[in-house]
Amino acid sequence: MDARVGPIARLAGRRAVEAVPLLLLVSGLAFGLLQLVPGGPIEVYLSNPGVRPEDLERLRRALGLDRPLWVQYVSWLTAFARGDWGFSFSDGRPVLDRIVERLPASLELLGTSLVLALSAAIPAGLVAAVKRRTWVDRGISAVAAAGVSIPAFWLGLMLQLVFAIGLGWLPSAGRGAAGDGLARVQYLIMPAAVLAFVHAAAWSRYLRASMVEVLTSPFVAAACARGVDARTRLTRHALPNALAPVATVVLLDAALLVPGAVVTESVFAWPGVGSLFTEALGRRDYTVLMALLMVSSVAVVVFNLLADVLHAWLDPRVAS
Amino acid sequence: MKRAWLGLGVLALVALIAPLVAPYAPDALDLANRRAAPSLAHWFGTDDLGRDTLSRALFGGRVSLAIGLLSALVAAVLGVTVGALSGYVGGWTDTALMRATDAVLAVPRLLLLMVAAATLQPTVPALVVLVGAVGWMETARVTRASVRSLVGSEFVLASRAVGAGHLRILWRHLLANASGAIRTAAVLAVGRAILVESALSFFGVGVQPPAASWGSMLYQAQSAMTTEPWLALFPGACIVLTVGVLTALSDRAEA
Repeated sequence: MDARVGPIARLAGRRAVEAVPLLLLVSGLAFGLLQLVPGGPIEVYLSNPGVRPEDLERLRRALGLDRPLWVQYVSWLTAFARGDWGFSFSDGRPVLDRIVERLPASLELLGTSLVLALSAAIPAGLVAAVKRRTWVDRGISAVAAAGVSIPAFWLGLMLQLVFAIGLGWLPSAGRGAAGDGLARVQYLIMPAAVLAFVHAAAWSRYLRASMVEVLTSPFVAAACARGVDARTRLTRHALPNALAPVATVVLLDAALLVPGAVVTESVFAWPGVGSLFTEALGRRDYTVLMALLMVSSVAVVVFNLLADVLHAWLDPRVAS
Repeated sequence: MKRAWLGLGVLALVALIAPLVAPYAPDALDLANRRAAPSLAHWFGTDDLGRDTLSRALFGGRVSLAIGLLSALVAAVLGVTVGALSGYVGGWTDTALMRATDAVLAVPRLLLLMVAAATLQPTVPALVVLVGAVGWMETARVTRASVRSLVGSEFVLASRAVGAGHLRILWRHLLANASGAIRTAAVLAVGRAILVESALSFFGVGVQPPAASWGSMLYQAQSAMTTEPWLALFPGACIVLTVGVLTALSDRAEA
């Protein structure tokens, strides 16, 4: 058995325990926010002239809203942990169903953009580091700097303007119908490109910095002195060492793909979990919003944990 | 470096003197020229009410820049306080504060902020506090690191020996030494705050009409993409330019 497994398992266990207060914090914040809505959870009925005050009172009792706040919180939290996420305010269907039916679209978009981002960021960061302080490096750095300064939603709007409205090459929004076959790929291109660009920009900068550090370190010079050729030095010596810290950043950022998807999916009306969030936001559908907040917090926690484990795996000094 | 500062100066100046250089009032209706494409009379075109996009972008820039700068200030004050306390006091306080910082970093901030903004429907000052409240963590970390590395050094010991109080040591010695790192973090925070505000406003939960920021102009533009694309082009370009200048500034400061 690998000697690293023990320390890493302990590290993962510690991180998992530490995540509990964080999730409680988020759940508390989400629950607290709902209480601040004027009218509370039954706000929708307040403006309905057909609903009498005594109906409201009955509704409050039936929904358990007359209980003390902390009782409501605990019962919500335990039900949530059991998988009972309540019913959507806007269409009355179970929240869990509404989220699950949106998952495939989101995973398709996130997966595609992850692959795109990595296949752009790794060569870009590598070339920028090898050709550092040349016009190639400066060009890549300029594109990367643009990537971290452009709001994803505006980039999306501009792509729609050029490729959908102007040139008419791509559909401006949506995901296409089930029977469209390969034509559906056209719908995926722009949202995946936007999501990928924003992340690839940041990742290529990390990789460049990390590569420069490794390339200027003594062991690479030693390999050079031994007569190892440039290609082997780069791919066998430098790259694996430079990728280790970048891999952690990528995993940490992968958790941010989820909120990033909210922006991109909404601009392109991509029917995933992200646009479910903005729809719920527009309709003040609080049960859905709270569930999505919790789900994305859990996603962040899980990805953070994975990043820690991966970091410890690649660099055994971390766990001990 | 110089050029980036110059760029920021120009942007700030334009925002300050917006009423002098704007060709129209931001809310002046020109009903004869509604949805007009960019022309000599309206450089950036007009919207569905005939309001001049250039003038609105100039005044919207004041809102965006003000929110960006002020919430970065809120974030800097919060971050420096947390970081200084953590680094100076050390021990149990340090552990607790840094755990809290890690925790806030792991919260899906943009989503929580969107829900908060939708629920509370904040005024512009409240929006500044909300955006600032999620942007202090990086500043706290760099402040703590710097304070921590110097708190045991001899010049700190010496000033304590001559009777300097905790606050004086922190302010005159430890934070003074950390000022470079804090400034870099703060410049980055301004850019990020502008991006966060524009995202909130783009989803219609940030700056509310009749006030307008670049983000809320884009919110309005989204529904008119096919007919009046210029409405989306210019406010977004303003955001990219501003955040780009700020990113360049913090990059140079780091190098």
